[in-house]
Amino acid sequence: MRASTRTEKIWWTVITVLVLLYALFPVASIFATSFKTPSDLTSGKFLPTNWTGQNYEQILVGSAQDLFLPALRNSIGITVIATFIAVVLATLCAYAIARLNFPGKKLILTTALAVSIFPVISIVTPLFNLWRNIGLYDTWIGLIIPYLSLTLPISIWTLAAFFRQIPWELEQAAQVDGATSWQAFRKAIVPLAAPGVFTTAIIAFFIAWNDFVYGISLTSTEAARPVPAALAFFTGASQFQSPTGAISAAAIIVTIPIVLLVLFFQRQIVSGLTQGAVKG
Amino acid sequence: MASITLQNLVKKYGDGFPAVNDVSIDIDDGEFIILVGPSGCGKSTLLRMIVGLEDITEGELLIDGERVNDKAPRDRNLAMVFQNYALYPHLTVYENIAFPLRLAKGKHSEEETNKRVQAAAATLELTEHLERKPANLSGGQRQRVAMGRAIVRQADAFLFDEPLSNLDAKLRGQMRSEISQMQRRLGVTSVYVTHDQTEAMTLGDRVAVLKKGILQQIASPRELYEEPTNIFVAGFIGSPSMNFIPGQVENGKLQTVLGELEIPQHKLDKAEGKKIVMVGIRPEFFEDAKLVDEAKKPLGATFTTRLTHTEWLGNEQYGYMDFDPAPEVRDLLNSLAKDLDADELKPQIVVTLDSASRIRAGRDAELWVDTRKVHLFDPETGNSLTRDPEAGAALTQEAIQDRQDEIEAARSEANASGQQAS
Repeated sequence: MRASTRTEKIWWTVITVLVLLYALFPVASIFATSFKTPSDLTSGKFLPTNWTGQNYEQILVGSAQDLFLPALRNSIGITVIATFIAVVLATLCAYAIARLNFPGKKLILTTALAVSIFPVISIVTPLFNLWRNIGLYDTWIGLIIPYLSLTLPISIWTLAAFFRQIPWELEQAAQVDGATSWQAFRKAIVPLAAPGVFTTAIIAFFIAWNDFVYGISLTSTEAARPVPAALAFFTGASQFQSPTGAISAAAIIVTIPIVLLVLFFQRQIVSGLTQGAVKG
Repeated sequence: MASITLQNLVKKYGDGFPAVNDVSIDIDDGEFIILVGPSGCGKSTLLRMIVGLEDITEGELLIDGERVNDKAPRDRNLAMVFQNYALYPHLTVYENIAFPLRLAKGKHSEEETNKRVQAAAATLELTEHLERKPANLSGGQRQRVAMGRAIVRQADAFLFDEPLSNLDAKLRGQMRSEISQMQRRLGVTSVYVTHDQTEAMTLGDRVAVLKKGILQQIASPRELYEEPTNIFVAGFIGSPSMNFIPGQVENGKLQTVLGELEIPQHKLDKAEGKKIVMVGIRPEFFEDAKLVDEAKKPLGATFTTRLTHTEWLGNEQYGYMDFDPAPEVRDLLNSLAKDLDADELKPQIVVTLDSASRIRAGRDAELWVDTRKVHLFDPETGNSLTRDPEAGAALTQEAIQDRQDEIEAARSEANASGQQAS
């Protein structure tokens, strides 16, 4: 790669800063708002005049506790289960797609793509009726199933693309080196596939975690309502007070798992992207 | 150390097409065998059958006299170097080399593993790279790591699947001689697949030429070059390839597009009764008539021709001339070209001339051809008419003797240095 010139560097810096500002400003704004008192909300200033933790208090131990904490539990439980099922199924499916030649391989990939571009809003109403009839309405499973329809297709596509790049010769090399089939898979293939699986898991987690439409349509009580939907039910102390502060605080809290997840698996993701080919 | 015996090996895929068809080879202990042929000839499949990555449809595979057809690769104790090296990218060079030892759990102590890896690394000059990951190594270094993984475990035999084809030309030459020396030093039985005939000729004690899954000839490089069994082997071995021109025997002489060639009577006798024969002349049998020693000249034939172009290479030069083949042999030439991976063989004769020759394209030139060495082939079967099996066998015997001497010398040298060290 040629060394970039000074002007080029300056331009890249400017563009990077602009993009960062554009992307992070809303987050910073919500963060600042979450520390404002209700009277401070309309002050028009970016930073709170008095930093206060009352919004966090309200949702974690205060009046909104009954709304937020069950929702958080629902969100975590449903998302983790949906992600786990999606990754396991997608891994098996993508492994078959990458390794084997079987009739209908194209069909599976096309179907997955078709499902993922199908507009969510158009199936919510029929699903609502169906779920009520068969008793899945307002249950965890009632959300996990539609979340799988969102996460499975993209997981299959990502993992299939990832698995195709793995040099399967390694498996044979390990067998010649004295490994059993299982040892060859575990010692030569799994370490290479793991970063791809982690990356896929994180993407699937995001999708399920961020869903709003299914969350608000297919639940009615705290039995299954996830955080994004619960936020819509927040109210202020009186009907003349908006719950903006509490919503902001909740938004910040639900962002934390995502940030932690990315930080925690950063090494795996990066090593997955930079492993480098085996060929010379 | 082991001998490997292939008895009538057949590999058929689902569609019934035999990728390897009835191949029998006896590989001696310590011998370096090359499997060579154009792409799709089944050479890699054959190698993978030996190592156990492909099932054997029919036939017997013996290692040291023991049938191993149904044994898993890990139970055959063979080491293989793959074309793409197949290094484990998540392991360091050290762990890559130690991998086979680690798999044999409990057999090797940590200390012994370390000793063996260090010894292999020292042999391959990898000691300073042991802590690096394969992604940070150059192509040649990766190649050496792959070899390290093979030599560390004292396998019964080494199998190489086009190990040098990903390297650039200069490195390839260097690695080639390293492999050759290493093989002799370790005295380990080796089977090496390549499509590069330079590798085949320089590395092999014996070379097996395959075409469409069928073994054409297995012999020492010299025998292949001097006594090819058929037109395919003759065309495949040697660069530039042997020229094939049709010829007719008339009045004790050979009538060809080059004119009348007088060839030794015992060769002419072999062509008895054939209306037409294929005459095989290697480019190096030709020479600029002006540069040929007067004493030598009567042993060949001199003719006048016109070259279409010449290529000067420094140590020698190539001249080219076109000719129009008779229709009877055109089909044979075309199918031969297809077998040799070329699209269509241009009816062209290539001659190798001394670099001092002043012959240039477009002018009449007088060339001399050494008619003692020409080969005659049956245009229908492609088989050689002039092959002398006894002379050929003698050449291969020489090569076997050379091999034994070299391994002996390498071993006594190793012993001597071992004694010095102790």
